[in-house]
Amino acid sequence: MAEVSVEIRNAVKAHGATLAVDHLSLEVRRGEFFSILGPSGSGKTTTLRLLAGFERLDQGDILIEGRSMRSVPPNHRPVNLVFQHYALFPHLTVFGNVSFGLEMRRLPKEEIRSRVASVLDMVRLTPKQDRWPAQLSGGEQQRVALARALVNQPSVLLLDEPLGALDQQLRQDMQVELKAIQEQVGITFICVTHHQEEALTMSDRVAIMHQGRLLQVGSPQEIYEAPASSFVAGFIGVSNTLRGRIARFNGTTCDVTVPGLPTGQAIVARPSAGAGVGSSVTLVLRPERLHLSNEVRVGGFDNVLEGRVSKAVYNGSEMQYLLSLADGISWKARVPNVGEGQKKFLPGEAVFVRWNADEGVVLTE
Amino acid sequence: MSPIAFPPKTISEQGRAERPGLAGWLLAPALGWMGVFFLLPLALVFAISFASRGTYGGVEWTVSVANYLNVIDPLYLKIVLRSLALALATTVWCLVLGFPLAYYIARLPARWQGVWLLLVMIPFWTNFLVRTYAWMFMLRTEGLLNTALIGLGLIASPMEILYSTTAVLIGLVYGYLPFMVLPLYAAIERLAPSLVEAAWDLYASPWAVFRRVILPLTKPGIVAGCLLVFIPSLGAFITPDLLGGAKTMMVGNLIQHEFLVVRDWPFGSAIAFVLMGLVLIGVMAYVKAEESDRGQKEER
Amino acid sequence: MIKRYPWLLAASLGNLLFLYAPIAVLILFSFNASRLSARWQGGTLQWYRLLAEDEALLAAVQNSLLVGLVSTVIATVLGVCAALALERFPFRGQRAIEGAILLPLVIPEVMMGVALMLFFVSIKLPLSLVTVTIGHAAFNLPIVVVIVRGRLRKLDPGLEEAARDLGASAWQAFHRVTVPLLMPAILGATLLAFTISLDDFIVTFFTAGPGATTLPLKVYSMVKSTVTPEINALSAILVLVSMGLIGLSLALQRKPV
Repeated sequence: MAEVSVEIRNAVKAHGATLAVDHLSLEVRRGEFFSILGPSGSGKTTTLRLLAGFERLDQGDILIEGRSMRSVPPNHRPVNLVFQHYALFPHLTVFGNVSFGLEMRRLPKEEIRSRVASVLDMVRLTPKQDRWPAQLSGGEQQRVALARALVNQPSVLLLDEPLGALDQQLRQDMQVELKAIQEQVGITFICVTHHQEEALTMSDRVAIMHQGRLLQVGSPQEIYEAPASSFVAGFIGVSNTLRGRIARFNGTTCDVTVPGLPTGQAIVARPSAGAGVGSSVTLVLRPERLHLSNEVRVGGFDNVLEGRVSKAVYNGSEMQYLLSLADGISWKARVPNVGEGQKKFLPGEAVFVRWNADEGVVLTE
Repeated sequence: MSPIAFPPKTISEQGRAERPGLAGWLLAPALGWMGVFFLLPLALVFAISFASRGTYGGVEWTVSVANYLNVIDPLYLKIVLRSLALALATTVWCLVLGFPLAYYIARLPARWQGVWLLLVMIPFWTNFLVRTYAWMFMLRTEGLLNTALIGLGLIASPMEILYSTTAVLIGLVYGYLPFMVLPLYAAIERLAPSLVEAAWDLYASPWAVFRRVILPLTKPGIVAGCLLVFIPSLGAFITPDLLGGAKTMMVGNLIQHEFLVVRDWPFGSAIAFVLMGLVLIGVMAYVKAEESDRGQKEER
Repeated sequence: MIKRYPWLLAASLGNLLFLYAPIAVLILFSFNASRLSARWQGGTLQWYRLLAEDEALLAAVQNSLLVGLVSTVIATVLGVCAALALERFPFRGQRAIEGAILLPLVIPEVMMGVALMLFFVSIKLPLSLVTVTIGHAAFNLPIVVVIVRGRLRKLDPGLEEAARDLGASAWQAFHRVTVPLLMPAILGATLLAFTISLDDFIVTFFTAGPGATTLPLKVYSMVKSTVTPEINALSAILVLVSMGLIGLSLALQRKPV
């Protein structure tokens, strides 16, 4: 078990009448890339500001490297923050921005120069060290903000929507670069984001927050494949749902009856822990796990539903279909484009939707 | 004329090109008024400042710089220097008092900012004589301050504050504080709170945050506020006239004295020009500072 | 930040106290029964009654209103035209012209006062309400220019272009689109100019001849001679009138563009 770098114990922070952070407990391991993911207003930014010290806890405690941060002001905390819109000092050059923290700690001039030089080298900004922030592109500003925090070698680096202000292409490049830098320096990164793809791509572990509470913590794969609630399922990627009731258990699987589907037709699924006969459940299915075909007989699938294509969208790498099933249920399906000869479905066409029991997740509500 | 080299005019450019004479007609009355009733009188003062006083108080048209040399006479120089010192002290006090207030207002929620700004503005829009009289009422020997302090047993006999330099300073700070707060507020409001937090996060103590980030980034507002206070303080007339005595005469009072009491118009004119020169030096410095600031930003 | 520094709030409240205490005390003591003392000796309205009976004072009020009205009309009409010219028709040498029009904003008021006085005496125009009015128009004109021009600059030029695109002539576009949008600024500037004229002492002091006493001149002579509760009462009225006018002016200027 890796050592704990940051421990949040039962933290509570109220903003007016609402609890921005509601009894949050969390452990972040040393050297991991940890993301806090949630929609706006979920309390993730407040959590980050509590870690940085800009807001004070109402209850609970925060320990960084075993030390309580309750009465430690931001300038004495072993953390540094990469601000959402970078907050680069407009009156200082790139060098001046990056050296600011070291100067505040009154390090010797020589050490400042060499540390700034090496971190600027790492983010590939050495040629631009005498520029003003306003002369830099968005991506360059982002890297200055990163360098300005990293140069201090904090115990924990905090990132507030680090890629939020970048365009799509740059964002994807920076995801890879940020992860590479994190692995290189080995510092604990805690990243707050509302962008689920970003969180899944970069993180070792992800925490999902909603309305001030922690819903689930786990590896990106756990979060995606085994969401703990329908909120998590819906927030992480697109998901199709069916509401029903467990009719019976058959060894490792169960039969779920869904109102609106033809009588006698049950969905075979893997039951969740704690579910019993008669429990009402939600079945969650990822769009890319669905198999579409025109043919009535296709072997090897546990479940089949009949539907009709209501919309087909060509998206380059894949086809996206909107399907209408029985009883007004609407699903999405994604089929990768693998080349010529692949069957494409047209709006209005009847299709069979198939999947296996272990490709769906059953959530007990 | 090739249509490629000259792109078609936008509508607004056409609108501007249509009536070239209109601008002149619109501008002429204002320009005429200001020319006759401001620039011409100003030129007259300038001319008279080189003349000399006639036997019966009129103007004798000789050309000499005697009046300007006369300003350096210790008797008058003392008044000029006192004015500069008082104006400087007023500026510093306004800055010290106004900065926390401006900072506080700029960091309030938007709807409260308007209310607080209005509260700062209201006294400023009250008649200046009335505001000065208010301090006479407060500070005079049998005034409220002394009555209250004696009543509380803090002092035995009334303090002589009115008609002193202190009273003039209080009056000037009181009169021009809003001039400082408004530009400071505008500058601080533009300063993103995240920059302050960033400095704090980068190990800066509250004092270092102020000195290294807040101060340099609000400098334009500070400079503007200081000038807006310094200029009218330097030329103040009512405040030293009502709250000060013979020993606190400022340039404004000297000018009035020379014109209306001594009736030495040429010398009064010369002093007025010295005063205006001092003020314009300040304004020029400000314009220069702002232009270089803007230049730097554009270069960035 | 604010929550961490309660002294900021304390300093701010201290500032407000400094700004308001003298005015509040002044108004409070306008109801004081004692003529001489700064001690509270019971409430009375007699000082207000005395003011209402003071004929010289009422004449001064009349003079002030007359000067204010006429000078404001001149300053507004000339100022709005100049603002339009400066903002809409850029020309060479504009900066010099602008400087000449706006210079009064930065020179000491005393300078303006003595310059006008010397000028009027030189051209043998007797000092009177007329000369006062001319002077007031001269220092209010730049204020009108600055306010109206500021509003013009904020107006989206696309609006007039849209009107032209919809078939309006240049005049129609100006008259139907720009003028209505400019109106709040013009009204605000008018009220501000009127208030400044009512309050002006220094320029008036130098340009008013005998008999041409405006309200501030009257207040000055009262203040110079004695401190009496009548002045407190008069001050209280002036404070309320100034606040009312400025509140109105701000409300007009604040309308969204």
